[in-house]
Amino acid sequence: MTITFNKESFRGDYSYHNSATAIRRFPFPFDRDEYMYSVNMEPHKGGRPGSVFEARFDVDEHYVAEMEDRAITLSRDPMRCQSLPHMTLAGWDVLELIMTSKAQDYPDLFELHRDGNRWRWVNRPLGIDDTFTFLDETTLPYGPMEYITRQTQGDFAVLDQREGNLWMDAGMVTSQADWSLDFDIGMNFFEWHAPVPRAAEMGIFQRALKFLLNIQQDTPARRLNWTMTVNPRLDTSPETYPEWGPEKRSLTPENLGQKQYLRVELQSFWRLPRSNGLLFPIRCYLISLQDLVTVPKWGRRFHRVIRDLPEDLATYKGFIVNRPMIVDYLSRFDDGAPTSPGIWPD
Amino acid sequence: MTSAHSIASSPRYAPLEPRACSAALMIADDAGMAAIDALIGQNPELGRKATILRIGATAPPDTLPAALDGALSQARMGLQVWLAGSQGLIARAQALLLAAGLPKGAIQSEHRGTAARRMQCVHCKTLAEGVTTDPYTCPGCGRALFVRDHFSARLGAFQGVCIDAETPGDIPEPQELRL
Amino acid sequence: MIQLRLTDKTPLSPRITRFRFQHPDGAPLPVFSGGAHVMVEMQDGDILRRNAYSLISDPQDGSGYEIAVQREDQGRGGSRFMHEQAQPGMLMRLGQPVNLFGLNLTARKHLLIAGGVGITPFLGQIPELDRLGADYELRYCVRSRDEVAVDLPGAQLHVSDEGSRMDLDGVLGAQPIGTHLYVCGSARMIAAVLDRATALGWPPDALHSEEFLAPAPGEPFDVHCARSHKTLTVGAHQSMLEALEAAGIDAPWLCRGGACGQCETDVLACDGQIDHRDHWLHDDERNRKIMPCVSRFRGQLLTIDR
Repeated sequence: MTITFNKESFRGDYSYHNSATAIRRFPFPFDRDEYMYSVNMEPHKGGRPGSVFEARFDVDEHYVAEMEDRAITLSRDPMRCQSLPHMTLAGWDVLELIMTSKAQDYPDLFELHRDGNRWRWVNRPLGIDDTFTFLDETTLPYGPMEYITRQTQGDFAVLDQREGNLWMDAGMVTSQADWSLDFDIGMNFFEWHAPVPRAAEMGIFQRALKFLLNIQQDTPARRLNWTMTVNPRLDTSPETYPEWGPEKRSLTPENLGQKQYLRVELQSFWRLPRSNGLLFPIRCYLISLQDLVTVPKWGRRFHRVIRDLPEDLATYKGFIVNRPMIVDYLSRFDDGAPTSPGIWPD
Repeated sequence: MTSAHSIASSPRYAPLEPRACSAALMIADDAGMAAIDALIGQNPELGRKATILRIGATAPPDTLPAALDGALSQARMGLQVWLAGSQGLIARAQALLLAAGLPKGAIQSEHRGTAARRMQCVHCKTLAEGVTTDPYTCPGCGRALFVRDHFSARLGAFQGVCIDAETPGDIPEPQELRL
Repeated sequence: MIQLRLTDKTPLSPRITRFRFQHPDGAPLPVFSGGAHVMVEMQDGDILRRNAYSLISDPQDGSGYEIAVQREDQGRGGSRFMHEQAQPGMLMRLGQPVNLFGLNLTARKHLLIAGGVGITPFLGQIPELDRLGADYELRYCVRSRDEVAVDLPGAQLHVSDEGSRMDLDGVLGAQPIGTHLYVCGSARMIAAVLDRATALGWPPDALHSEEFLAPAPGEPFDVHCARSHKTLTVGAHQSMLEALEAAGIDAPWLCRGGACGQCETDVLACDGQIDHRDHWLHDDERNRKIMPCVSRFRGQLLTIDR
């Protein structure tokens, strides 16, 4: 598989763009014409060839640019990557899982050579060739979790399992949908989800937690989640809200198709063998509405979902002020024809 | 208006209850002393073995870390802690106790007194003690911050977020926080 | 499940024997975390037994898995099978390591209390604690010296018939703030240690215990599986989960000991009394759910969503 990596930015001139292939493989998250919370978990064991579900950690045309954007965010605010002292072993688990997966899934891009605890890691797209001692932090330029997640797309929450709960005790979070690792670190599953409306009363979190606590080494799971973002911006953190907040009010009927993005998270869940922790990667995919509607089924369905979404969910997902304009735009791509079940383009 | 107890991360303040313990530590401010008195009234034996740290006019809040260090230096598992008073006192004391390794299950708290909150600005990370209005002005960066119910026990603070980020200058009239 | 070869069987004490399993091709096995167990499948005549055993080998060592099995002559037969019929060279099926008794790595100190064969989960944790440089105290309590299965230089051995019983209050009272307590042994011992710790003011979040429940026998009973349209009789020495499996009805499971929650099943109708024996369901769930791995039923008919 050959990937040509885009030269693009996620801030400033926002030159981010999707190729025709990237549009076609976009993980459109709606399998019907309406949306409500659900636990919607499925096994993360591959998927359609070419889809974002195929590899364990998907690498796409945005890889290099995303890693550059992460480095910028970290240089401005190092607290976007934190690990409480008891989470170092889990960090090695993360490094091992990602390195072995990527080296197997993308042998032309990544190589891992292991001689006992002496490891050599080659990352061709980023020009890295490092040799280090597994489980010895002093042999890496960063802690193990930070080292490997500076080279892997998506945010990462590393969860400690104890007291029948999951605790967000480490993470690399630079492309989040408006939540702060620095504030939420150390919280349990119910605490960090506290701001999500409705789901608690629906018992969603109780069920989800039971499911997650039982994830085993050989049964990783995944789900899709979504929100909306104006401009293809990865760093929509609460910390920098004053920078990107005004952009939310910059939409006009003329620029909406180009500036309004659907933001989809491919969340996956992995048992970490050495620490018994859980890795929770949150991989973000962005698509402009004008690209999205090039798939007719998606244009029709997305119009119906956004039009009918309950008020509080539209508020939580941060697009309530822009909803009328978005619905107006999307309605032009909905002829009322029925849509086929499932998420895939027809 | 915002009030605590509304979401899962908000602190829960149950009335203090006696609990079996090998040693007892009670920390209260002036308003909280009534809750401590009520606790000891229920179980005078507990009062006899308790160390009481009273934080107030004569022992201002910045003496809390040193006072706690002293109280914990010889402590063993079996210690139970009761906190009573303002949200800020409870939050700070609890954060210090957790940082010292005491499990959360050994700490009870009861809110007494004002609705003032301890807040952290999510933008500049400045902690503000005794915040009584929503929005409030961050003493660090000067932004007008919306008072969220989202609470971090580790920081001992609620989260403050810029209220006019999308519409700079459009700041609603501050309202008194209520219980 | 993975098929492994039993490569070594070594008696550790008159009643406890160590078993080592390796991959038939010599391939490395998944590493795990201290305190994890594996499910061992035993084809005992026409009965398929599945018992959970703590892994006692070094969690970072993927060259093989080791367990220690105490012979229980009054048990359902799993330990007798291992002692009498399992022989080196045999191929057996084992599940993935699962940890329901992990170390709390936020602890400032770990106090480990083992009773008899309850030492097994700690044997996987000790190398981990040593590697982390963590502060720990291991108390190994046995009735008589011939029960001792392993010689542990770092442990304090208490032999009750030699008069060196553990001073539980003394041990519990001497622990620094931030100590977590782990206890594994008989149900009676676990209850005694946890009760005493609670009475001395230890909070529940610092207390950890592991007790694998063997599904205790009981009276036979009938269960109706609404989704499969089948009515089964659960035999006296069979668990409901085993009866479901024997009838070809799939139910998920991990620990088969009432602890992991995986086999939780909705109760649709209940004309009688459910005998809940698990450590999983909350009190407010007990009128509408059942854990078929250990729990039983007395009465006319139980209808479940399977």
